[in-house]
Amino acid sequence: MSSDDVNKGRRRFLVATTTVVGGVGVGIAAVPFIKSWMPSARAQAIGVPVEVDVTKLKKGQLLKVQWRGQTIGVLHRTEEMVSGLSKVDDALADPESMASEQPEYIKGEPRALNPDYLVVNMHCTHLGCVPQMIPEVGPQPFDENWNGGFYCPCHKSKFDLAGRVYKGVPAPTNLRIPPYSFLDNTTLIIGVSPKGAV
Amino acid sequence: MAKSAGTLSKKAEGLLDWFDDRLPVRSFWSAVMTGYMAPKNFNFWYYLGSLALLVLVIQVFSGILLAMHYKPSALEAFASVEYIMRDVEWGWLIRYMHTTGASFFFIVIYLHMFRSLLYGSHKAPRELLWVFGMFIYVALMAEAFLGYILPWGQMSYWGAQVIINLFGAIPKIGEPLTQWIRGDYFISDATLNRFFALHVIAVPLALFGLILLHLVALRENGSNNPDGIDIKKNKDEDGKPLDGIPFHPYYTVKDIFGVGMFLILFSFILFMWPEAGGMFLEHDNFIPADPLVTPEHIKPVWYFTPFYAILKAVPDKLMGVLLMGASVAVLFFLPWLDRSPVRSIRYKGLWYKVLLALFTIAFIRLGLLGMAEGTPAQTWEMRFWTLVYFMFFVLLFFMSPGAKTKPEPDRVTH
Repeated sequence: MSSDDVNKGRRRFLVATTTVVGGVGVGIAAVPFIKSWMPSARAQAIGVPVEVDVTKLKKGQLLKVQWRGQTIGVLHRTEEMVSGLSKVDDALADPESMASEQPEYIKGEPRALNPDYLVVNMHCTHLGCVPQMIPEVGPQPFDENWNGGFYCPCHKSKFDLAGRVYKGVPAPTNLRIPPYSFLDNTTLIIGVSPKGAV
Repeated sequence: MAKSAGTLSKKAEGLLDWFDDRLPVRSFWSAVMTGYMAPKNFNFWYYLGSLALLVLVIQVFSGILLAMHYKPSALEAFASVEYIMRDVEWGWLIRYMHTTGASFFFIVIYLHMFRSLLYGSHKAPRELLWVFGMFIYVALMAEAFLGYILPWGQMSYWGAQVIINLFGAIPKIGEPLTQWIRGDYFISDATLNRFFALHVIAVPLALFGLILLHLVALRENGSNNPDGIDIKKNKDEDGKPLDGIPFHPYYTVKDIFGVGMFLILFSFILFMWPEAGGMFLEHDNFIPADPLVTPEHIKPVWYFTPFYAILKAVPDKLMGVLLMGASVAVLFFLPWLDRSPVRSIRYKGLWYKVLLALFTIAFIRLGLLGMAEGTPAQTWEMRFWTLVYFMFFVLLFFMSPGAKTKPEPDRVTH
């Protein structure tokens, strides 16, 4: 066969189709190996709800528990803490929690089923550090008009005592509220929404 | 006596012949060592390439020995490192070699990269050499980050938390992507285990491949030199560059001297000051990882702090991550941003000296600010130096083609 007989168009077509089919094959074959990096069945199984007895908490006390590997804070707020929330509305990025992650049944300023108890995912919505609670009202090194709240040591994000984020800090949204409900007057269950709620 | 030595060398010669018929021993040695003509005006900046290779050898050697005692499990990792430090014979030496080596790797690489900014070694025809070098640098950053989680201390844990969550800033795919990286909903045993695999196998293999490409590209066009002029323009009747000398023995001997000086400094840190005041080994990392408590002052190791400062300077999550990524990515394009007709700072003119000085100050200041507590005043300073950092590349692009240059000499100066 002389080179004149070579059908270059057909050759190019065959090389191109073989490459495409081979590429798709490699892509599909890669799926199991990429998926092997996802959380395993065992990791997924460790996600059971956590119960907290709130009578153990003094007023103003913060309890940290772990739920699905996340640090969840339960704060027993004092009356002053709850009534002081509205003072800082103007300084907040999302005071109504419109853009923030929280269940449908969490509404209003206190961001809680019972305003006395704040249940909040403690991980900063910036890069996941756990902010410190600094409840004292008064000047702080990072804020002269501090009204009490949470302060993230990693990148200086500030939140009020309802986990609402201040303006001008790296965290984009308010601290997340996990699904939770009250089993009775004294017991809280994190990871289970109230009956009938979504 | 002389006769027997002659027979011996003849036998050795015969053995070499046997190999040479089967493997290109002599031609390879000649091509990359004795026959490779390097510019004769190298200064101390030209130690750094060979020193980077030396540190790599130190890291591989100490790393293999560490892997024999270390346990990549969340329950055992911290204790196994303490076990290496206290119970394994000479374990403290091996671990301190590895931790000191990590910081020295970055010292050497940063100076090596700075050499290129001084003498224009990234400019044509050495663009690929620079790009491979940048890939090595990124692989090295990945290697350092992955290795840092292994001791499973507080800084390991929270540093990894912050860095992995950077990927979470990507819209839509961010959250699943971070789960894919961690292999869990939080930093856990699964994360530690896979980071160990990546640290000891995957990234080192990639590094070796990239270093090979870097060296092949280097030998293809030969080294640049402090004058930035092409030594191949002036050749003698044999076709050898007049300003070139054989790499071996001249520069191998020079490099051995550099190795000696380097090892004196390295040993001083290793034996006298391995924590370097919390710079090389951070205080918080002597506390076991605790998912419930974030250390009060969290910061990466010194070699990441300039980029960390750029992240902190931006009050928006996604923009901060993008700008930090851009600060590394822009370096890849340096060969095409520097459009000056000359390579070396010696002939580029005053404007480049000023730009490079400002860039250097910005990089160091950002590094220091990245470690600091972060007052509002410091945030504004970080923003200022971030601007200077990026303006270097912008001004370089616009000023380099038109700026007045000094005449380059015909032959190298020394």
